[in-house]
Amino acid sequence: MPKPVLLVTRRLPPAIEERAARDYQARLNPEDAPRTGADILRLAQGADAILCCPAEKLDAATIGALPASIKVLGTFSVGYDHIDISAARMRSLPVVNTPDVLSVATAEIAMLLILAAARRAGEGERLVRAGKWTGWRPTQLIGTQVSGRRLGIFGMGRIGRELARMAGAFGMEVHYRNQNRLPAELEGGAIWHDDEDSFLAACEVLSLNAPGADSTRRWLNAERIGKLPAGAIVVNASRGTLVDDAALIDALREGQVAFAGLDVYDGEPRLNQGYLGLENVVLLPHLGSATRETRDAMGNLALDGIDAVLDGREPKNLVR
Amino acid sequence: MKPRLIVSRQIPPAVAERIRAEFDCPWPEGRDMTADEVIAALTETKADALLLTSHLKFGADVIARLPANVKIAATCSVGFEHIDVPAAKARGLPVTNTPDVLTDCTADLTFLLILAACRRAHEYDAIMRAGWRQGYGLGEMLGLKVSGKRLGILGLGRIGQAVAQRARGFGMQVLYSNPRRLPPEQEQGATYFSEFHAMLPHCDVLSLHARSGVDTVNIMNAEAFALLPKGAVFVNAARGNLVDEEALLAALTSGHLFAAGLDVFHNEPAFDVRFAALPNTFLIPHMGSATVETRTAMGMRALDNIAAVLAGRPAIDPLWH
Repeated sequence: MPKPVLLVTRRLPPAIEERAARDYQARLNPEDAPRTGADILRLAQGADAILCCPAEKLDAATIGALPASIKVLGTFSVGYDHIDISAARMRSLPVVNTPDVLSVATAEIAMLLILAAARRAGEGERLVRAGKWTGWRPTQLIGTQVSGRRLGIFGMGRIGRELARMAGAFGMEVHYRNQNRLPAELEGGAIWHDDEDSFLAACEVLSLNAPGADSTRRWLNAERIGKLPAGAIVVNASRGTLVDDAALIDALREGQVAFAGLDVYDGEPRLNQGYLGLENVVLLPHLGSATRETRDAMGNLALDGIDAVLDGREPKNLVR
Repeated sequence: MKPRLIVSRQIPPAVAERIRAEFDCPWPEGRDMTADEVIAALTETKADALLLTSHLKFGADVIARLPANVKIAATCSVGFEHIDVPAAKARGLPVTNTPDVLTDCTADLTFLLILAACRRAHEYDAIMRAGWRQGYGLGEMLGLKVSGKRLGILGLGRIGQAVAQRARGFGMQVLYSNPRRLPPEQEQGATYFSEFHAMLPHCDVLSLHARSGVDTVNIMNAEAFALLPKGAVFVNAARGNLVDEEALLAALTSGHLFAAGLDVFHNEPAFDVRFAALPNTFLIPHMGSATVETRTAMGMRALDNIAAVLAGRPAIDPLWH
């Protein structure tokens, strides 16, 4: 029996491409060229499965026009806001993602952003590299202490809980807001807020860890920023769409938000140019899961899910 | 009458406020002064005490020129390489530092260095500041996951223990080397190595927290770097002179080390600019204690020492006995 055909939209880590080439007639993308919806429709002709990435938008029209031979859609990400899930459900197309395996690496980036923003590491780094370091001064680059502060986590899923564990080791008091209160064993001593205003008032440091969705779009707007304690720190390693960029940039200029750390941006890889003129932000290019161990684990999990569907088994990473 | 005080360096506002309330001081906010200006001010104002920082080289020559009215010199720092302690002792001048209060901030910063070096924060920041326009392939620009790695600590004192505590939140296995083994309640499960070199082959990440002294100068030499596993990460938020910088540059350039995070250098601020030419370094300008909270606490602790000595009580943090 011939191997099934797998369309891979982007270049993948070597170990994952090797596995794909071993188990499938793999249509790889060695040039790593960006793929539009039209490209995907063309390349998917006669394929059994697609492995895509968050950079490709699979809207209802694209999913509706996919060839009937496609039996499963995998995404190399935990988030699936780039895929119209209800359109996939309408045509009974299972979607698999990569939960869990990137939680730790992404929480590490959130913790890095908290420390780097609060301790003004971006400014310090640029000062040293520019040869402008003229000596130690008691008042130079004075930041804010991280240990012992209150951290508010918006979205206490797997990544949020990993971050809570790390922050606990810094003696931070963790508060969280979530659709539902977690059971005690998952809460790990973190303080749940039923009321949004009381949550915002507690956030000396606010970390966004909720998925991108219509319900979270521009959640962090001017009104909510105004309810944070003055001089708060904001970090985002989830999705850029959660933030009203213009409002955050205003707050960073005025000092209502003292420091921010961002790994994700609305419309990335473009970003609101206002951020680039600010010294009090630390900016990373959406590399929350960018460790070799994590990327290999993500690729293997996505392929496990695709294998399962094509074998007629239930994948453990099915998006419901 | 309030005691008279001279402050030889700018200090945080909350400390200045206390100085205004409790001391007679011509510049409560502090003023950046040379040694000659400090001697002149202490003499003119008949000051009882001097609050200094590490910018003032407080050697035997300066101590010999102090007017007799000076009863204590308190440095607003934990390090005291800038003070000739034997000369102060010979003269009977109490000198004090500010230990403890910067433990948490320095440990926080050490962990920032670990995360930043492992996760390539310098390169990522440079990409953004250059106007990021292109996404990265899933195998590109990959860093090292910190969680679950083995962390070696040289010097498990207060700061080293605070770093170990943070590392446990990342599921790291902690190894340490110290002049003596610590009791279990301080060790918290960390693995002890009496020989520093015996620990190095087991360190995915190595962080220095030793004092600078004759036995530790250049302790990280070419031999020590070679003993680390290939791809290890090195961070230093302690003292620059613990490191042979030629050996570190060689290890970073050859790829033996994955990356380094440095807050301290042999020569500060005139550090070796070859570090800045490397992509796999994260470099910050000696910011271990640079938070409002800690700098204020350091100033308050220095004032506590001054107040104690001037009231005829023993110093809280004496540098000689």
